[in-house]
Amino acid sequence: MLDWINLISAWAVPVMIAFIPLYAYFKKVPVYESFVDGAKDGFSTAIGIIPHLVGMMVAISVFRASGALDFFVGWMAPLLSWLRVPPEVMPLGFLRPLTGTGSLAFTTDLIKTYGPDSMIGRIASTIQGSTDTTLYVLTVYFGAVGIRNGRYALKVGLFSDVVGFIAAIAVCLLLFG
Amino acid sequence: MVNKIWLALIIIGFLFAAVKGDIGVVTQAAFDGAATGVTVCFGLISVLVFWLGIMRLAEDSGLVKTISRMLGPIVGYLFPDVPKNHPAMGYILSNMSANLLGLGNAATPMGIRAMQSLQELNPDKQTASPAMCTLLALNTASITLIPTTLIAIRINFHSANPAEIVGSTLLATAIATLAAIVADRWYRKRNTYRTPPQATAPPNISLKG
Repeated sequence: MLDWINLISAWAVPVMIAFIPLYAYFKKVPVYESFVDGAKDGFSTAIGIIPHLVGMMVAISVFRASGALDFFVGWMAPLLSWLRVPPEVMPLGFLRPLTGTGSLAFTTDLIKTYGPDSMIGRIASTIQGSTDTTLYVLTVYFGAVGIRNGRYALKVGLFSDVVGFIAAIAVCLLLFG
Repeated sequence: MVNKIWLALIIIGFLFAAVKGDIGVVTQAAFDGAATGVTVCFGLISVLVFWLGIMRLAEDSGLVKTISRMLGPIVGYLFPDVPKNHPAMGYILSNMSANLLGLGNAATPMGIRAMQSLQELNPDKQTASPAMCTLLALNTASITLIPTTLIAIRINFHSANPAEIVGSTLLATAIATLAAIVADRWYRKRNTYRTPPQATAPPNISLKG
């Protein structure tokens, strides 16, 4: 099963790169010109995201570097150890929705320190793998089309992060505990 | 809510740095953050240019429409206000499959393309439509069959069983996605009752009840 999924993952992109132009060619589309025409939008879309992403990254960076993040994590620690949650993984709960690179670095560090097969290593891997960086996804996806008012989207994203975080810990404690 | 979170992150960071007597850190962090934002966007350029080119081929050849028609009903119930044969469905499906397979490089451009397509249906260009919120919810929770990056890291640190987290991740991500869908549904219902969208409802008709 796992091998099959890996195989599909490895083949998916190459097949798309070859099949889509070939299919288009048989449908009498001028393949190269059409590709270039579509690709043109890529640059302006990426550039359009810059202000959104810079704004968000600045806020997150200031929050982290000032030590505020560490403070809140330390403040939560007693509650967590009472809930049988290893306090070491707690920062991930805050980091994961905010920064993808930050939480990946933190996860890597936990795996390095406690070992990949420790409970902490397994929980960290599961948390990191099970959700995406909500603020980043929101900023990039809405920024790309110029949406200013995201309505309830952020609340939904953060709510699913909290649920995912708790679920990851619970599943690991049940599965590996 | 974004406004409040954004401001809170900056002000709380500022206060912490001030209390610790290390105010210089704010300046440094702000410009580091800005640099990261630009670097990430520059990294997106190549990926977006390439995939939007390929997506245009898929669009011009009618492939996107075919996918929408064939697989649209599967996700149709999640996006009730998107017409069944609309190309947006095709993009949403390709975004979801790319996420599922863990193809991050392809998932983001396809998601952006889906957003652009949904934007065409959106009466108010500055405010997210319910369909956009649902697409975002699916992407923030991001169901992934194989967390490839994590498995690679675990191999790096000599795990006895690098792939043992596949099951736990799948279970956790399924629960998170389910929570996202339920929450999205709940907000969507609540919002249509409370604030009828101006573009579709004449102001003198109440949508309550």
